[in-house]
Amino acid sequence: MTKMLEQYASVVGDDIIDSLRLLAEPLSGMRVVHVNSTREGGGVAEILHRLIPLKKELGINASWEVVTGDADFYQCTKKMHNALQGDDEEISDELYAHYEKMNAQNHERLAPILSQADVVVIHDPQPAALIQFYPERKSKWIWRCHIDASAPHRPVWRYLEKHVIKYDAAVYSLPAFAQPMENPLYIIPPSIDPLSEKNVSLPDDEIDRVRNTYDIDPERPVICQISRFDRFKDPVGVIEAYRMAKAFGPPLQLILAGGGAADDPEGEEVFREVEAAADDDPDIHLLMLPPDAHRTINALQRIADIVLQKSLKEGFGLTVTEALWKGKPVIGGNVGGIRIQIVNHMNGFLVNSPEGAALRIRYLLTHTNRMAAMGNNAKDFVIENYLLTRHLREYLTLMLSIISGSHDRIELSRQFQ
Amino acid sequence: MVEPFTITDCALSVIATGEKAYNLRDLHDRLQRLDDQEIMFFHFWDGLLRPDFMDPEYQNDFASWAVHDLHDPRLAERLSILNPGNFPTMRSLRQRVIEIIEDRMDEGDFDPRIDAANPFFLMRSQIVIFDTRKHIKTPEELGHFIPHMSLGSIFYHFIDACRRTKSGHNDFSEWLWAWDDHHRRLGYAIAAMDPYFKSLMEIREQLGNLFSRHLGVTSTPEQNLEPSAVNNGQ
Repeated sequence: MTKMLEQYASVVGDDIIDSLRLLAEPLSGMRVVHVNSTREGGGVAEILHRLIPLKKELGINASWEVVTGDADFYQCTKKMHNALQGDDEEISDELYAHYEKMNAQNHERLAPILSQADVVVIHDPQPAALIQFYPERKSKWIWRCHIDASAPHRPVWRYLEKHVIKYDAAVYSLPAFAQPMENPLYIIPPSIDPLSEKNVSLPDDEIDRVRNTYDIDPERPVICQISRFDRFKDPVGVIEAYRMAKAFGPPLQLILAGGGAADDPEGEEVFREVEAAADDDPDIHLLMLPPDAHRTINALQRIADIVLQKSLKEGFGLTVTEALWKGKPVIGGNVGGIRIQIVNHMNGFLVNSPEGAALRIRYLLTHTNRMAAMGNNAKDFVIENYLLTRHLREYLTLMLSIISGSHDRIELSRQFQ
Repeated sequence: MVEPFTITDCALSVIATGEKAYNLRDLHDRLQRLDDQEIMFFHFWDGLLRPDFMDPEYQNDFASWAVHDLHDPRLAERLSILNPGNFPTMRSLRQRVIEIIEDRMDEGDFDPRIDAANPFFLMRSQIVIFDTRKHIKTPEELGHFIPHMSLGSIFYHFIDACRRTKSGHNDFSEWLWAWDDHHRRLGYAIAAMDPYFKSLMEIREQLGNLFSRHLGVTSTPEQNLEPSAVNNGQ
């Protein structure tokens, strides 16, 4: 067993790793290319940073390419992202034309790699139009949509559908996110990496250092939300919930921390809105962190007594699972993938308003035994369901299914001799 | 001479059909229209291999939706009593689900067109089956190995087997019935297990306990097994 797989075996058990190796055998040597729009920032990049080397260790010739673009391109793809999540975004014909031009430029750069691939996995809308340049392809192309596209702004979806309908399959994180199409719609929830900087165990002195750096009082309760500064994450609603809960007496501190992502031009603007809402409250710690501040984020989640993810719209909300992995109860918005990660009273609470979040903050702070029990449940739940090895297994299974012709039962010993 | 028991593993690809039901009337219509046995198998059995909290009371997805999203505990109770193992085919199971829904709609104390809190998404799966190259020669060796089996193997040999084997029972029982009376009794005890309120981990643990009780074998760390116990077949 290779070193990286050995490390995962120590967390999930040898049987899981053995299964991965057997599943990957028929894919040995295959050229699998993932394409997204950023190497740093956001859940997609984090997953790819680990999935690619693991696929390589399993014998798959996996690689990761990133499309590039200018400010107009990212403005267009941000609008597409928001529109898929239901925002009433209008995209001009000029902006669509620019999006296609940028995809054409990326095609010129990536063609030598993509034309040689056996499987191409395109992540989200940014590179979705690349497929139009491969009409005679023999390889399998998969569109991996990480966004909740259940109720998209229809004109934008109609444009994107022209591209994604050409793929051999689409993959969504939840059935509720999928837009019905003729393509097979596979469902693969995302995962966290227990060995990454963001999730690995930290020594106490490192956690203390972060606490001191940001002037967080160890004697008073801490709630935190770790997210991009994005209106859909409702950071202002979190501040409202903090204020309502604090009005009942607990000497709360709030940490709102997040980074921008290279493909998100709105981050700074939202950060300024949040600063205004915080109104210089010394117990609100607003932290704009660099994209590589993984250990700091890890420490902040461990410092918190309760973690919030009060999103109004959410693709999946992996920060919920990250916090659950650290044994923290999570108060999350009753939307998207958060709904399948949190079960009321088991590992946290789902809420629908700042008032709901404030109520649950007060409940947990006054029922510390329940808070501890829910934290224990939280970690067990992640071990069983949301670690990277489960995610990798589902990608392998998906590739085998598509390559074998999508039969209901696929026997590797017969179909991949 | 009984053939060695070949340990097989499996993994699922979950597929959304794109069909969803917003209310009970919708669900009835879609079940009538979609004659796909994989949909029924998915909603009654595949939950064991899905990342989710196990619903401790309502094991099939229809019953769980009825109670959590339709808020109709009467319907949920009637659906929850269905044991898919008692139906000869998934089509007959589907027909029974349709009848239960029709009976509930006929009671007339609610409007079946009122939307549920969340829609019911009709799903199916593909199963990828692969040989682990491990071949077990004796029931005692199988008893040693059970605690080390992957959950995919437990699913394949205990759940999926019921629609592959002539007897409609699991692979372990089928194999043990080819041995002497002593081992056959263990096969019957395994066949009598009710898997429907258990997770795959609990099923694996119960299987281990049955082997231990009947054959006096205890779990052995896989690395310490005798070479004959797990033959990699290469």
